[in-house]
Parts: sequence; C-alpha cells; structure tokens
Amino acid sequence: MDNREVLVDIKNLRTFFYTEDGVVPAVDGIDLTIHRGEVVGLVGESGCGKSVTALSIIRLIPNPPGKIIGGEIFFHGEDLLKKNEEDMRVIRGDKISMIFQEPMTSLNPVYTIGDQISEAITLHQKIDAAEAKKRTIEMIRLVGIPEPERRFSQYPHEMSGGMRQRVMIAMALSSNPDLLISDEATTALDVTIQAQILDLMRGLQKKLGMAILIITHNLAVVAEMAETIAIAYAGKIVENASAKEIFKSPRHPYTYGLLQSIPKFTEKKTNEPLPAIEGMVPSPYHMPKGCRFNPRCPFATEKCREEEPEILELTPGHLVRCFHPIES
Amino acid sequence: MATRLVEVQKLKKWFPIKGGVFSTTVASVKAVDEVSFFINQGETLSLVGESGSGKTTAGRTLLKLLQPTSGKIIYKGKDITKLTPNQMRPLRRNMQIMFQDPYGSLNPRMPVGDIIQEPLDVHGIGTRKERKQAVATMMETVGLRSEYEKRYPHEFSGGQRQRIGVARALIINPELLVLDEPISALDVSIQSQIINLLQELQQRLNLTYLFIAHDLAVVRHMSDRVAVMYLGKIVETAENDELFDHPLHPYTQALLSAVPVPDPEVKRERIILQGDIPSPVNPPSGCHFRTRCPYAMPVCKEQEPLAIEVAPGHTVACHLLTKK
Repeated sequence: MDNREVLVDIKNLRTFFYTEDGVVPAVDGIDLTIHRGEVVGLVGESGCGKSVTALSIIRLIPNPPGKIIGGEIFFHGEDLLKKNEEDMRVIRGDKISMIFQEPMTSLNPVYTIGDQISEAITLHQKIDAAEAKKRTIEMIRLVGIPEPERRFSQYPHEMSGGMRQRVMIAMALSSNPDLLISDEATTALDVTIQAQILDLMRGLQKKLGMAILIITHNLAVVAEMAETIAIAYAGKIVENASAKEIFKSPRHPYTYGLLQSIPKFTEKKTNEPLPAIEGMVPSPYHMPKGCRFNPRCPFATEKCREEEPEILELTPGHLVRCFHPIES
Repeated sequence: MATRLVEVQKLKKWFPIKGGVFSTTVASVKAVDEVSFFINQGETLSLVGESGSGKTTAGRTLLKLLQPTSGKIIYKGKDITKLTPNQMRPLRRNMQIMFQDPYGSLNPRMPVGDIIQEPLDVHGIGTRKERKQAVATMMETVGLRSEYEKRYPHEFSGGQRQRIGVARALIINPELLVLDEPISALDVSIQSQIINLLQELQQRLNLTYLFIAHDLAVVRHMSDRVAVMYLGKIVETAENDELFDHPLHPYTQALLSAVPVPDPEVKRERIILQGDIPSPVNPPSGCHFRTRCPYAMPVCKEQEPLAIEVAPGHTVACHLLTKK
C-alpha cells in the first residue's frame, strides 16, 4: 500500500512490569509500522500500553520494575533492542525525539530555556557556543514564540503552558529527528492553545518531513492529525487502518463502541443516552482469558472467551484482531 | 413558563494578593468580574471557558462556598448573598456540588457507605436505620452494588468513584447540583457511562444542573443553555443549538472552531487565536478579549461592551454588535 520507506517496524513487542503484586503485561505483542514522514496515531485508554510502547521505542523503560521481554523494534532497519546504551544515547534526542504531556516537569526550572535548547543542540552536534545560540534562536522562532532573543534568557516559570510546550517542541526538533513521538502533548492544554500547537505540529511536519507518532486518548485529535491509526486495548493493538477507514468503517467492536460513545460536537442535543461501552478496562493483574475485550463486548461468543484472536488483514491495509468483526 | 431556581446578578469574586511589610492588598485576582446569569428549574446551564476564565470560582461562589466580593445571589426569589454560614445550612440541603477529581474528593480513610451517608448525618435526617437504608438505595440508583458499602475509595476505579460522588451529592435530595468538570478525569469509555447516569438522574429526580466544563462536545450533548466565560466575564449566553449554530462573539466563534472533530473527512475553517489568555490580575482595559480578538477596534480598548440581547435568550457582550 504505502510505498514510502519503512522507518519504524515494531514486531511483537512485549514489555512487562514485575511489581510486588504480580506481573503487569503492559505491552503484550504490539505490532506497528511507521513510514518515513508518516503521521501515525496510537489511541487507547489508560493502561492500554500506549505510553509504554513509546518508552520502549526509545528504551527508557525504568528497569526494574519494567523489562522489554520480547520482540523487535527496527529503526532504519536496525533492531533498537540490540543496541547498547551508548548507541541508544546517540539515537535518542537525535534521530528520535519525544515530547510529553506536562511540559513543566519536563523542563528544568533552574536553567533558562535558551540554555536547555542549546544543550540539546550541542549534545548531538559539534558546534561552538555562539553557533548553538544562533541555532537555538532560530528554533525558538520556528516554533512561533514571539521575541526569540528575549525568550532565550527566560525561565520556564515565566511562560504559559502553551509556550512551554512550544519550547519542548523546539528542543525535540533541534536535531532534525526522523521520528517525533508526542505522548499526550496537547492533553493538558486548553482547546484554543491545543489548536495552536496542533497547527504548529502540522506545519512543522510538512516543512521538516519527520514522521510523528501521536499517542493520545483523544479520537478527535488523531482524526485531525493522523494518516494511519492504531487502536490499543489492554496491551494489544486491536485495529490498525487508515484514519478514513477507522472512522468510516470501524471493524473491531471496541473501536466501534468508542466512536459511538463520544458525544458529537456537530450534532444537535437529544435526550437519548449515549451508546456506552459497559464495564471497565480489565485489571492488568487479571487479564481475561481469550480476547481481552470479551467481557465488555456485545458480540462475544464462547470462542472469544476461550481463544485469543490473531490480528488479520481483512481488507488491504485494514488489520483487525477479532473473531467476529463488524461488517464494513 | 419556566421558573427560575437561582440567579446571580453582577456577581464579583476577587481574591486579594497580599504583599509588603504590612501584608496589605497590593492587587486582586479578578476571578469573577460582574457576572450575571440564571438557571431555570430542571434545566442544565453549562458554564464553559478555558482555564483561568473563572468558571469554577463562579460555581463555588454561587453556592456561597466562597463569599462573593459583591453582587447578588438569589435562590428561589430570596437574596442569600448576606446569609451567615448558620443561616445557609438549611439551604445547603438543596444545593450540592460534585468535583472533578475522583481521587482527591473522597476521604481515603472512610468506607464509601459512610462517605455517602455523611450529608444525612450532618443535616440530621432520619434515624440510623433509615440512613443505612437510604445509602443502600442511593448506591443502587447510581449503579454501585450496595454490598460495597464497607469498601474504601481506593478499591474503586475512577468511574465508580465519580458514582460515589454523585451518590453523596444526591442523598439529601438537592434541587441544584453544581457539576464541576465531573467527567474530565475519566477514560473515554467511562465518560459516556457517567454522562448517561447524570442525564437519567436529572430526568428522574427533576434536578437542576450547573455544568462546568471545557469539553464542548459534552456540553453540546448535556446542556439546555450555555454561557461562555472569558477572563472573569460572560461574553455570550444562548440556548444550546442557538449558541453552537450561530455563535456571535468572536471568542465563542474561535473557541468552537478550535474543537477537534472526530471525523477525518470534515475539514473545518479554523480561527487560530494568537497568544495566551491574559492574567486575571491585570486584565486588558475595555473588552477583556480585545488583545486576542481578530476584529478589535479602538472602542474595544476604551469601553467595556455591555451584554445586549440580540435574539430572545441570546445575549452577547461585544462592540461589533452595537456599532452597526
């Protein structure tokens, strides 16, 4: 389908956490492909393993208690899980950058933002301080912060949440990465600020051509941003298709249920109840047998309670993990 | 004809900022600045706005959990602004609040049965046996099994905790319930469950809601009327469909256009506002929105726009509508 070069190819990734209360299979067999310059959305609720997948890609899983116990993560054709820590450090922040939900805790409060962005630059590029400052100011301008020279010497607390997220983006993009991972980067922001940041990310993606992995729980955000969407549930990808396909003809009952259950901003008020998904996400210590969605699924059968479905390509480019996919 | 349950007139809540050697008031945070609105019996009024717009403060001041700086609060025709906490107590039975954070708003050391029962104890309602019975009934009403009354909050998920919050608020049969971001901390698949519960209870118990939220899709689904706040002021109020279909204030228009829509094939015209919401300590002169408004005119700097009624029930505070 996609004839662009494959940038990231995650195969059967399994990341478990070994806690005092038992083993948490946070990521349990996730497959995901990201092409060069592609914007991919990874969507799911809390505990579905979306953030752990991201941290696994950049190998920042806290160990202990976490451990990547299986699978492969190919980046430019090389398996990141086979790299030593030194090589990883070169890739991280240079070829792959990540931005997080809470920009205040990701920025160091006692250094100016200029210092922090130029640190990211000098760490990966052999340039002198004057050159680094020049590049930093360029980056600050690129992410749409007014008066970059003045902002250079300001501290994070002097900036608003939206501005801080712009600083994080400037830092992440300073090394011209091939992949930007955005983990709920706009979740904590107000809608008008979120619109600014999404607009900025879209513009920068077009300009710089990097691939973006957008991790979020917000279906509307990926609808606006992503070309391809993967839906995660309880540590597995349950559906993976183009954004159009996901929203037009969802095949997995979980995806279908989620799309049905969100109130539609463009529809008039009714007094009808929303078609909610019953029950709740399973406890990671007691994953249900068979398909992990079966206790909440209106179409579950005996087979779903016993056997675990494989993810299958039902139509070209549309992968679904379900014994009884919804007719398209 | 709808009856007015509660009304606020020119409600103001300023928080002093103390400073200097003698701890004098050096400035004020103008969280709510001369806000007027009303809620009819049995309806849902939503108060929407971004962080720092004053919507939560407005909700709390309405309940007199915060003493207003000036202005009037009229509950069922009676001015309650000046009532002392003791005089307020019998009225508190009629007005309750439910909070955003299902983790921070429940006492972790109390079994949930006791948490739900506490308002009955405070107001001295019923005998011990009747209270126990009421708790069991209320738990079933909000979709919790009554056997769970001995369990502690940490044994429940976020969605279940919000059900506990609803049960605690409703146990004394209030008329007015202030819902302060009741679903924003919940997962998507759980949000719809709580929305459905709140709507079902409203119809069944004839409740009046003040719904404070920033998620506009939920607001559209829940509300009868909507008031939009910006920096301590209400800029526009209208009936649900009227507001969403014909927004007139430039801020409302920008806010609505900024909402992402879960449909990749819908391409919307987007108004991207520049800059951030200014500080409520030192809001811009004239119209508070003028620093980010794409249509700002000289008059916006000098005069504060007054709210005018452009259609029945639709009021807007903007100079664009008066300078024609």
